[in-house]
Amino acid sequence: MNLEGKQVTLHDMSLRDGMHAKRHQISLEQMVAVASAMDAAGMPLIEVTHGDGLGGASVNYGFPAHTDEAYLKAVVPQMKQAKISALLLPGIGTVDHLKMARDCGVHTIRVATHCTEADVSQQHIGMAAKMGMDTVGFLMMAHMITPEKVLEQAKLMVSYGANCIYCTDSAGYMLPDEVSAKIGLLRAELPSEIEIGFHGHHNMGMAIANSLAAIEAGAVRIDGSVAGLGAGAGNTPLEILVAVLNRMGAETGIDLYKIMDVAEDLVVPMMDQPIRVDRDSLTLGYAGVYSSFLLFAQRAEKKYGVSARDILVELGRRGTVGGQEDMIEDLALTMAKAKQA
Amino acid sequence: MSNKLKAVIIGPGNIGTDLLMKMQRSEWIEPVWMVGIDPESEGLKRAKEMGIKVCAEGVDGILSHIVEDDIRVAFDATSAYVHAENSRKLNELGVIMIDLTPAAIGPFCIPPVNLTDHAKNLEMNVNMVTCGGQATIPMVAAVSKVQPVTYGEIIATVSSRSVGPGTRVNIDEFTRTTAGAVEKVGGAKQGKAIIIINPAEPPLMMRDTVHCLTESEPDQDAITESVHAMVKEVQKYVPGYRLVNGPVFDGNRVSMFMEVEGLGDFLPKYAGNLDIMTAAALRTAEMFAEEAAEGSITLPARG
Repeated sequence: MNLEGKQVTLHDMSLRDGMHAKRHQISLEQMVAVASAMDAAGMPLIEVTHGDGLGGASVNYGFPAHTDEAYLKAVVPQMKQAKISALLLPGIGTVDHLKMARDCGVHTIRVATHCTEADVSQQHIGMAAKMGMDTVGFLMMAHMITPEKVLEQAKLMVSYGANCIYCTDSAGYMLPDEVSAKIGLLRAELPSEIEIGFHGHHNMGMAIANSLAAIEAGAVRIDGSVAGLGAGAGNTPLEILVAVLNRMGAETGIDLYKIMDVAEDLVVPMMDQPIRVDRDSLTLGYAGVYSSFLLFAQRAEKKYGVSARDILVELGRRGTVGGQEDMIEDLALTMAKAKQA
Repeated sequence: MSNKLKAVIIGPGNIGTDLLMKMQRSEWIEPVWMVGIDPESEGLKRAKEMGIKVCAEGVDGILSHIVEDDIRVAFDATSAYVHAENSRKLNELGVIMIDLTPAAIGPFCIPPVNLTDHAKNLEMNVNMVTCGGQATIPMVAAVSKVQPVTYGEIIATVSSRSVGPGTRVNIDEFTRTTAGAVEKVGGAKQGKAIIIINPAEPPLMMRDTVHCLTESEPDQDAITESVHAMVKEVQKYVPGYRLVNGPVFDGNRVSMFMEVEGLGDFLPKYAGNLDIMTAAALRTAEMFAEEAAEGSITLPARG
């Protein structure tokens, strides 16, 4: 594979996707410390939001230690070169949240929908684009559909005003060939000024390999997180990706040793549990299940005595999509009843 | 003499047609007109085949027939944009308006919670909130009847096939309107609504989760009893409304997990979200008719 000379924009998820792994309890001090250290290491884009995006504060997904507004107001003014992004899932957050984020100085809005439901994003993408923000359409759980369908939905988001489209492997299910096919088709068919991005999870141990495949196929934005702090087995670990891209001669503008230090000295000590491919996170990838279901399934296992793996496999069989966390307790209750009977 | 109130349905789409099928079985409401804007539309053709009068010139086309046909109630299944004018024109002629759009000019109506009040007050425009609101607010109200609810949250998961373009283009309207009604009708101090659209095939049945945070420790027995009683009330007009799990208690959190199966009239059974809207709207009109028949309200006079 030849990535020599390719320019890649890395986008850190540890303070947003990582919120899942931290049950949304990252402190303001930790947010500022990690973001500032990444800023100093040259990270160009950093996402700061509740794990489930703006407005995600809820019983369903978990109440965060602080509001999105408080996190953004703490982090944005401290950034010297990095830009801050915020995630928004229509159906959870609204354009009111979007305007709040813009007022806090957020540069990039990423509007995320399930990969087949792009048409619910028109209001939000339209508004972000109209306000002159860097506007990203983020197609989640993209492993569930064909490359042609991903393209069809991407075109909708472009028509609403998105200037960048992400193919998102929310379940960490994809293997490199699938990433190549999907990113390749998006690159071939979307206008050249539309950037393509890839967001991976490490549930099948494929996050680095998939990210490389994405870059080779034409993606210029790659999501990852320092030390992999993210849902499931985590996102593409950025310090590893930077090292690999350095060896391959691709350019990220990030200082490898500094980002290694952020991972080792700041992010790993924050982790409540090791973030790695284990029985349950591997099941997420294998069964094609939304990565943030992991801790919910493990809690349901403890409370109702049904194996997390069995719950996750059943959620995959039922075709659940991102955001259906409420299904986990419901299903665990039903499975526990069936066990007793 | 029949006590049935004569009705017009505006909007011959899926909702309007399903409503018509339900109405043809009603003991209290008699469908007379279906109003659309396209003479070639499938919906108007269907309505004609089902034996009711059709009008393709919008609401203006039936205004001259309202008094002569003794139309007393209208169901608006069009859009929030045109609802206000439709309502104004028909209200002027003494027609009670049941609003199935998100316009929400009139008070929110969740039949087992506040319909009796609206009927007794002869509200001339009532709004049916949203599908997610119809499915969940009875549960929030069942809990807040027992003790104060500081926070009510509902998550509605619906099949992709059952979500029309109107909802998709303005999905914020769903979350805002539903959250508002969780407070106003459900009785929660703060409301939150989430909608998830799932494209699985075969389509999944509408499911809803309701979380309430009570001010003090929940009275488990009283809440459980109140929730079961409320489920029975909703089942009177939506037989496929089911409590799958719960109420589950965890500290001050009370959670109910619901499933809504439709009757499968015009809309498929999995589209319980649409069915509960049409069923609730018809139930609302029937209550007005019952109150009028009993003489507890007097419909606007006609010369």
